[in-house]
Amino acid sequence: MDQAFEILLVTLEGTIRLSVPLILAALAGLFSERSGVFDIGLEGKMLAAAFGGGAAAAVFQSVYMGLGVAILVSLGLALVHGFASITQRGNQIVSGVAINFIALGATVILGQAWFRQGGRTPALTGDARFQAVELPFADALADIPFLGPIYTNLISGHFVLTYFAFAMVPFTWWVLHRTRFGLRLRAVGENPGAVDTAGISVTRMRYLAVICCGILCGIAGAYLSMAVAAGFVKGMTAGKGFIALAALIFAKWRPVNVMFACLLFGFLDALGILLQGQSLPLIGTVPVQFMQALPYVLTVILLAGFIGKAVPPKAGGVPYVKER
Amino acid sequence: MSAPFGKLPGWVEYGLIPLINLVFAFLVAGLVVLLVGESPLRAASLLIQGAFGYGEGIGFTLYYATNFIFTGLAVAVAFHCGLFNIGGEGQAYIGGLGVALACLAFDGIFPWYLTFVVAIAGSAFFGAAWAFIPGYLQAKRGSHIVITTIMFNFIASSVMVFMLVDVLKPIGSMAPQTRTFTEGGELPKLDWLMSIFGLDIGGAPFNVSFLLALVCCVLVWLLIWRTKFGYEMRTMGHSPTAARYAGMKEARIIIITMIISGALAGMMALNPIMGDQQRMQLDFVTGAGFVGIAVALMGRSHPAGIIPAAILFGVLYQGGAEISFEMPEISRDMITIIQGLVILFAGALEHMFRPAITAFFSSMQGVGRQTRAAGAGE
Amino acid sequence: MDSLAIELRGIDKSFGAVHANKDINLQVRRGTIHGIIGENGAGKSTLMSILYGFYQADAGDIFIGGDKIVIRDPNVAIEAGIGMVHQHFMLVENFSVLENVMLGAEENAILNKGITRARAELKRLEEEYSLDVNPDAIIEELPVGLQQRVEILKALYRGADILILDEPTGVLTPAEADHLFRILEQLRQQGKTIIFITHKLREIMAITDEVSVMRRGEMVATRKTSETSVEELAELMVGRRVLLRVEKGEAEPKDVQLSVENLTVKDSRGVTMVDNVSLNVRAGEIVGIAGVAGNGQSELLETITGIRRAVSGKVMLCNEPIDVTGEADPADLRKRKMAHVPEDRHHMGLVLAFEENENAILGYHYDPEYLNGPMLNLGSIRRHAQETAEQYDIRPPDVRLKTANFSGGNQQKIVLAREMERDPTVLVIGQPTRGVDVGAIEFIHKRIIEMRDAGKAVLLVSVELDEIRSLSDRILVMFAGRVVGERSPDASESELGLLMAGVEEPMEAAE
Repeated sequence: MDQAFEILLVTLEGTIRLSVPLILAALAGLFSERSGVFDIGLEGKMLAAAFGGGAAAAVFQSVYMGLGVAILVSLGLALVHGFASITQRGNQIVSGVAINFIALGATVILGQAWFRQGGRTPALTGDARFQAVELPFADALADIPFLGPIYTNLISGHFVLTYFAFAMVPFTWWVLHRTRFGLRLRAVGENPGAVDTAGISVTRMRYLAVICCGILCGIAGAYLSMAVAAGFVKGMTAGKGFIALAALIFAKWRPVNVMFACLLFGFLDALGILLQGQSLPLIGTVPVQFMQALPYVLTVILLAGFIGKAVPPKAGGVPYVKER
Repeated sequence: MSAPFGKLPGWVEYGLIPLINLVFAFLVAGLVVLLVGESPLRAASLLIQGAFGYGEGIGFTLYYATNFIFTGLAVAVAFHCGLFNIGGEGQAYIGGLGVALACLAFDGIFPWYLTFVVAIAGSAFFGAAWAFIPGYLQAKRGSHIVITTIMFNFIASSVMVFMLVDVLKPIGSMAPQTRTFTEGGELPKLDWLMSIFGLDIGGAPFNVSFLLALVCCVLVWLLIWRTKFGYEMRTMGHSPTAARYAGMKEARIIIITMIISGALAGMMALNPIMGDQQRMQLDFVTGAGFVGIAVALMGRSHPAGIIPAAILFGVLYQGGAEISFEMPEISRDMITIIQGLVILFAGALEHMFRPAITAFFSSMQGVGRQTRAAGAGE
Repeated sequence: MDSLAIELRGIDKSFGAVHANKDINLQVRRGTIHGIIGENGAGKSTLMSILYGFYQADAGDIFIGGDKIVIRDPNVAIEAGIGMVHQHFMLVENFSVLENVMLGAEENAILNKGITRARAELKRLEEEYSLDVNPDAIIEELPVGLQQRVEILKALYRGADILILDEPTGVLTPAEADHLFRILEQLRQQGKTIIFITHKLREIMAITDEVSVMRRGEMVATRKTSETSVEELAELMVGRRVLLRVEKGEAEPKDVQLSVENLTVKDSRGVTMVDNVSLNVRAGEIVGIAGVAGNGQSELLETITGIRRAVSGKVMLCNEPIDVTGEADPADLRKRKMAHVPEDRHHMGLVLAFEENENAILGYHYDPEYLNGPMLNLGSIRRHAQETAEQYDIRPPDVRLKTANFSGGNQQKIVLAREMERDPTVLVIGQPTRGVDVGAIEFIHKRIIEMRDAGKAVLLVSVELDEIRSLSDRILVMFAGRVVGERSPDASESELGLLMAGVEEPMEAAE
């Protein structure tokens, strides 16, 4: 029993750790896509931010510099995407694909050139890396049966960015539904004509949305290279940007659903690690790959309309052209 | 993928504009090289040297180009129908199953050319099957094909890891790969072809699947511009309302297009598996499926454009290896950047230079007499 | 009450070669309902878009309440107290009424206060103008009439004194339209100024104080409604045009080749577009359908030709049914000798990126004549295209040229050639001369008459009344999805104009 409880705790702790970058990136995508700009470049932005953050933190020995640079790098790519898809009215999918590749290549090339550690950035220590935050009384309460370990291991002891990510969920909901910015953002993704005739600039709204997306992707990247890991490793996003995209669709573009979808996908990931090589009663060994593929499979099933219907923002993917 | 109808001469539309886009992509890439602290000019000369300077280099260049011709064609076929198939990577990966199964079953019994035939059918079938599902979901259930094909890339990756680790790996082996095929599963090199030009390809795995790729170019050209189905595909791609008016069956066209696209991507697996390694390894596709997007965009979805675009990327892959030998700072990943830049400039920003160019040409010539798009519809 | 709410002086606007507004002068008095009437393409919507800041006029001045202002964008218009109810509602469909009303006029960065205020204000507006609508209802769940009410509320919420309504009754049921009129009446009593754009004479007579008539980009007259009649307005609207002379003999109608019975078609929103329409077309006659665009003609054509699905009704082609509610297939109908020249040649009739010869077989590409097994027989296709290009005088006679590079008239000839030269039994034609130069018009008209004389049954839809009059042997007038009358081509313009404007019994309406 005790052991089972411990395994559960470890799995849930892993779930939280693994779902944080997903939540941040999916919320980033949410801002962009709710404004009508599809973004399959989450992966690239996150990767570039992870590199920029890791590099700057190592060079300046400062976690804040790292975070700042991570955000700036991601923002730069987001603006390229914005320029291509809003100003130039180019294909948003193509632009996203391009950004993923540019980030994938550039992080390795620049990393190697600057640090010569095989695409890694120098290991971060001390002030250059995010430290786990112990919540008050974490030690004191650890011995209380059941609730103690939950508080100490599950709720306390995460990175600032973890708490930030989870706080972003209600905040994003609040922004979308309780602020002027959110109202206009949602409107521009559904019917840009309505926004335009109300005297609001569609271009400006979409750029703002893309900027939000860039900032959040930057933080997601910083989390990867400066919190969970002590530095950037070549290709460290490993498809997380696409899982986040899947989660976003799975959540039907809604913030709270995004959190649950990301937790689900994070849980599947943690479970996959846990079950590796383990034999389960009745089922036998579950291949890790099955768990890895499950988020994607679930998303496809959803997209096929077998479990509810994922209806994207109506004006998504379509550049706005004023009608005659 | 629709472009506004500027009245530009064919050579501008299909030559100059892609060239300008390419030049910009390389200029930005040159900046990256500068940033790294190397000379872009020396890098360029190393690139050319490595790709074309000697027989083996050329052999490798063409070996890589073979991959990209297949995947470029796959993306192009879908483009013509207005579909964006990002799933070439996964379709090629799954296509490998068809090759591997054919070789594992027949390499001891058949001579290579018979195994080859079975492997072609197998790779095309598996690739097509993997593309069929997103195609079907798009046609019948309206699921966005871009998203489903991305998802299928990841699912394919998991499936293949599972197959290689748990199913196809010989007992007692540690490496996640199939056993090495015997002679019946090995494609002959094209050294004889190159020796006509007085070149020795040395150890380069340039093999007969290159010829198959060229045949596929011809077949795709025939399909798109010479068959009834290609006609329907293009109608759909340009104007779904015109297709409906003409009584074409949209769902059927989407599904068949995706099957063809997937089959082409799947056949890419022949080159590395039968032509080079004689076994199937993890991640043998190495991004070729994605390069196909850049190749198709640059080649304007026309086989005659795809071949040079594929060779260009072959040059980048092979010459890039050469550069990284001389300039350790610039690894193969430089190609990934260039690939991204090509996609950006030739794809997402394709209209950026058009207004200026159109203005330039309309001021040059009074009323365009050269409106005839040379080679455009060929 | 005599001060001017709006004055336009010398407004001029061109889109490329199209001169949409020619030196327009307009005076709208405060506290009145001012109608603007005209056919499609008369320039009404362009003029209003200029007033709302969507476009900039090339020349001319705008005065609001006596002050000259430059309306750069909708913001300026909103600030000047102008509100617009668009023909296609500018509403976010998955938003609540409240959210739609607030959009762009939220007051604070955080919505709380704004919401409270908006609720109160909505309540006040509801009471003042009896515009009741649940502020928390989601737009897409509301009937069209209520959606329109939200558009009006949006404008009032922004403090509009001047309300522009662009074809507001197009999507409404008669009951909803009546309700709208009551609302407008009330708004006027509260001192609002209303510009009411329509092509329906009855509505003009019913609610306006003054009416201005536009024709072909010009403002041709302004009248006090009480001092004019439907006949006069219809004539002003349609104009005394020189009837294009088309030489044609008497029709010799034979058997019915196309019959439509009780056809009803709804669009994706469930709005009835074609309402219980019945008609017959006989071999050797041209039946013309007149009407202002958007009265169901397009949907009727698309349903008959198998592109769109009907809700109910029966269509017979040569006494064989067409499954218009189910599986009707344009390809199959072509094989059954129905040819279709669609209204929209750019998106439907042609693929502009194709070579001419490729468009010459669009829809007939399954014909074995053009195929070798699964392959296209390019020799045969191009030879055939070359022949028809000569027959139909398509210029330049270069069948390898991209279709986008042909002029409008020649593009239309490509479609006509394709549909006519295959000896169809029934020919369905939509807008045969839209965007076509004068020389080609004559040619096209002649060909259509030739088809009739060759014994084909021709169903013709056009928004050009003189085209209908000069070609047709019988004229049906469509209005609001229904066939509201049948006339001989000798009927007067004003008689047809009245029907097109929804006045079914001219005598009564003229009271």
